Amino acid sequence: MAQQLKWQLGTVVEIREETPKAKSLILDLPEWTTHLAGQHVDVRLTAEDGYQAQRSYSIASPPEDKYLMLTVDRIEDGEVSPYLTDGLRAGDQLELRGPIGGYFVWDARNKQYDGSPLFLAAGGSGIAPLMAMLRHRANSGATVPTRLLYSSRSYEEIIYREELDRLSANDSSLRVIHTLTRRRPADWTGYGRRIDMAMLADTAWSPAEKPLAFTCGPTALVEAVADNLLELGYEPGRIRTERFGPTGG
Amino acid sequence: MHDSDLRLDGNAAGGLLNEIFPFEMTTAEATCGGCGTTRPIGELMLYRHGMGTILRCYVCDTMLIRITHIHGFYRLDFSGMNCLRIAAELH
Repeated sequence: MAQQLKWQLGTVVEIREETPKAKSLILDLPEWTTHLAGQHVDVRLTAEDGYQAQRSYSIASPPEDKYLMLTVDRIEDGEVSPYLTDGLRAGDQLELRGPIGGYFVWDARNKQYDGSPLFLAAGGSGIAPLMAMLRHRANSGATVPTRLLYSSRSYEEIIYREELDRLSANDSSLRVIHTLTRRRPADWTGYGRRIDMAMLADTAWSPAEKPLAFTCGPTALVEAVADNLLELGYEPGRIRTERFGPTGG
Repeated sequence: MHDSDLRLDGNAAGGLLNEIFPFEMTTAEATCGGCGTTRPIGELMLYRHGMGTILRCYVCDTMLIRITHIHGFYRLDFSGMNCLRIAAELH
């Protein structure tokens, strides 16, 4: 990214309801240059009186896709997200700039990561940049052993649930582990609490395997994951964090 | 809500930094003037206030970068930082 990013207009191609609260915006961006899995965009809304509000959203689509996908969790008293989830229709335009960030990224072609198993930990819509990594990994035929630990409030609120099931069913090197923190189906046999040390000790790769960890979600979850992985013996430079703030989106 | 809940990563300042610097700044490494820790800007702790954007050291909380944008000027305060290391191949 050796140049300044310009604000550009994207057109909403489709709006997909992922869960009762989260929607994916599929955007067509004529001036888009390719991104890396894990990068984000800044979205800017301008009111009629000129007032502007700006937020960052992770890109959920892999670099190989024609359109850009952003997945947005509706924050009830939010300034931007209610407009994105409820105010937009197919054909509407949205102003954004990107791709942004070279730190929280994973590229299957980067030899630096050869042999390093991936440990991904997400909370809520923090799954978005990690999903871009999983989609990119599948598209590029990478077989790097990967585990995703994904914390959602309830079964209905698991974003990309069916796609995650499909990806892990077709790939013995990918394991997806869910934890449901608030409500669980009667026949649920998985984890039912917030991510903690014991859960990470059970699910994360041993530090001896030189894993690379990415964690994204609400600030409290990300810091709990990073602190516990450090305590388990992960190297500080191999835990990449993306905090979403207090609300998770 | 605690102040710590509002904390983001330096990653989130990537767009703002790119308004000022013509290259990817979140992978540039900052050395803290307080404790000497060197980390990529993307890994610093970011706080957004009405007064601007503040990036702090993850280890000792020293303010490394403060950016304000007032009356058509960006004002950057780097006084808490000893050194900024930027990979030449990015340019």
